[in-house]
Amino acid sequence: MTARLTPVLTAHWDQPRAWTLAAYESTGGYAALRKALSMPAADVLAEVKSSAIRGRGGAGFPAGLKWSFMSPPDGGPRYLVVNADESEPGTCKDIPLLMANPHSVIEGAAISQYAMGSDHAFIYLRGEVVHVYRRLMRAVEEATAAGYLGTDVLGSGTTLRVTPHAGAGAYICGEETALLDSLEGRRGQPRLKPPFPGAAGLYARPTSVNNVETIASVPGILLNGADWFKSMGTEKSTGFGIFSLSGHVTNPGQFEAPLGITMRELIDLAGGIRRGHRIKFWTPGGSSTPIFTEEHLDIPLDFDSVAAAGSMLGTRALQVFDETVSVVRAVSRWTDFYAHESCGKCTPCREGTWWLKQIMERLEHGQGQPGDIGKLDDICDNILGRSFCALGDAATMPISSAIKYFREEFEAGMHTPAAELFSPDASVLFDTSEVKEAAKA
Amino acid sequence: MAGHDASGHLHVSAASKAPYDEATLARLHEDAAAVVARYPQKRSALLPLLHLVQSVDGYVTGRGLEFCAQVLDLTTADVSGVATFYSQYKRHPNGDYTVGVCTNTLCAVMGGDAIWEAVSEHLGVGHDETTADGKITLERIECNAACDYAPVVMANWEFFDNQTPSSTIDLVDELRAGHDVVPTRGADKVCTFKEVSRVLAGFHDGRADEGVAAGPASLLGLKIAHEQGWTAPTPDSRAAAQPAKGAAK
Ligand SMILES: Cc1cc2nc3c(=O)[nH]c(=O)nc-3n(C[C@H](O)[C@H](O)[C@H](O)COP(=O)(O)O)c2cc1C
Ligand code: SF4
Repeated sequence: MTARLTPVLTAHWDQPRAWTLAAYESTGGYAALRKALSMPAADVLAEVKSSAIRGRGGAGFPAGLKWSFMSPPDGGPRYLVVNADESEPGTCKDIPLLMANPHSVIEGAAISQYAMGSDHAFIYLRGEVVHVYRRLMRAVEEATAAGYLGTDVLGSGTTLRVTPHAGAGAYICGEETALLDSLEGRRGQPRLKPPFPGAAGLYARPTSVNNVETIASVPGILLNGADWFKSMGTEKSTGFGIFSLSGHVTNPGQFEAPLGITMRELIDLAGGIRRGHRIKFWTPGGSSTPIFTEEHLDIPLDFDSVAAAGSMLGTRALQVFDETVSVVRAVSRWTDFYAHESCGKCTPCREGTWWLKQIMERLEHGQGQPGDIGKLDDICDNILGRSFCALGDAATMPISSAIKYFREEFEAGMHTPAAELFSPDASVLFDTSEVKEAAKA
Repeated sequence: MAGHDASGHLHVSAASKAPYDEATLARLHEDAAAVVARYPQKRSALLPLLHLVQSVDGYVTGRGLEFCAQVLDLTTADVSGVATFYSQYKRHPNGDYTVGVCTNTLCAVMGGDAIWEAVSEHLGVGHDETTADGKITLERIECNAACDYAPVVMANWEFFDNQTPSSTIDLVDELRAGHDVVPTRGADKVCTFKEVSRVLAGFHDGRADEGVAAGPASLLGLKIAHEQGWTAPTPDSRAAAQPAKGAAK
């Protein structure tokens, strides 16, 4: 029988005290680091390259290729920066991973540093998850005491260090160059590329920024081989990934599966759509990826198939909304988010998201003006491809895709508030009659 | 809270410029030296140092700005420019507990909006406002990476999963009454804003081993895999773990 789920990164999350070094070692932890250090660094890099693993942070760039594009060693520092900013709406995989198994990320960071000729990694964690930061700091301490990090790792003479760093609340700091500015103690605003971080990143030195899940996948690739990794997934989207189902499914949760699984299969594993309801729309990879509808349930969730269908695999953040939900309300709230998180550096995004927000708000309140839909399209056109970083582009995705599939709801926004067409009470997960009572109490 | 919609520059009241007493200042310098030592370049210490200032003052004070500027050889304008960029740095005295209700789309739709309304009405405060007893600062927050537990509420950045209006009202009432409150996934109790700010500055509080590894939603796929006998292929038996063709039955 074909295994529809393939737990690797999630395999030991149910162990007692899974986050501790003792638990990690008892399930084979740090064996991959031992193996890596017995190999020439170039061979470690070659194995990762050969696995063809594509970045798990959204863009899907092959990790091995990214490392091999870094400027060659010149004797000066080189850095790995692990992106643990996880703030894309709907995305909820890296934070539970770091909470349950921080050592897998530390081992991955150690091996990856070695492969790219670096001796120092930073893990940039969003600041709004204090317990995860505790676990991460403690894990680095444990790994250092055990000799897996330090100046002479496992007697190899190699220096590998990991420094955890907490952010302070700003979605844009997930964008890799904004993250680097933030890590340098500045406002988190994106940098002009080129130069790419591989040439001039942290402190203007060669740097690779990689997602938590990408880095946590490295030990498995090293230990079991690139062919093992490629035996899962599709030809161009190799391996496994964590799929995060949230919203109107019976049992939301995390599902680790080969890339290429379909949404229909995942919803089935999640116990179906909430009882008595039907799926209306969903995001394949977070709010920054164009929405899909029921007609897209059988598209293989791999990078290329999702792109061919007009969206993006993104972070596999599968947010499900049933027929009780107003698409105008949903999109209006996402638009608030982008306007709020726009860093203000470039005009199309700074001004454009503000205008989008005004128009979405009046449509949501049934006060749309003639020509508003055309105006939304126009503004999106002016942001897309013209902003300094991908946040601007992202802001347009929910709007253009929602107009494409649900134009009539935007038209209704000319005269009828969304809350009248779709009672918010029908979408919530609890009985709202208690709400008014409770507030008075 | 990145960027331009932030309400202007950092307002620094005269009172917040009153110098630290000697003992506090000495301790701050000692801690700051430990933070700076973590980085190849000292300016990288700025974000943790601002968390450190909040751990002493409960928000970013004028004297805190000056302290950071002095330690890192920056101007106070540099420091203030950074402090105003990030939503976790507070411009006015924060309550002992920041209670954040996620009102990004998914949580909002699943009940976050109703929770927000109920708790805001119950406490009589709005976004980024603090109750008169100084206990609770209420916030609408963005996605906090726990969507499979929606609706989500954070108290001093600890997770309260699968909330309802009444559970959140209980939470704030308990906090105001001075009782210990246990997050769904986190430490054994919610620490104060100042205590948590010290952790975010990179100083242990010894609580890493408290709490669960993962909640039930995080473990759902793993549980199903166990029940069905599904595993990733072992390196030698590279069994077909290609995605199953076609739709689920
Ligand atoms: C606005 C914005 C936010 C982002 N947030 C994250 C994030 O939280 N985590 C992440 O890994 N990548 C995020 N990215 C993508 C990063 O820029 C980068 O592509 C990624 O960290 C590279 O890692 P990978 O190659 O392993 O995927 C974001 C990009 C943008 C434009
Ligand atoms: S697109 Fe938006 S977030 Fe990106 S640089 Fe421009 S203003 Fe900043």
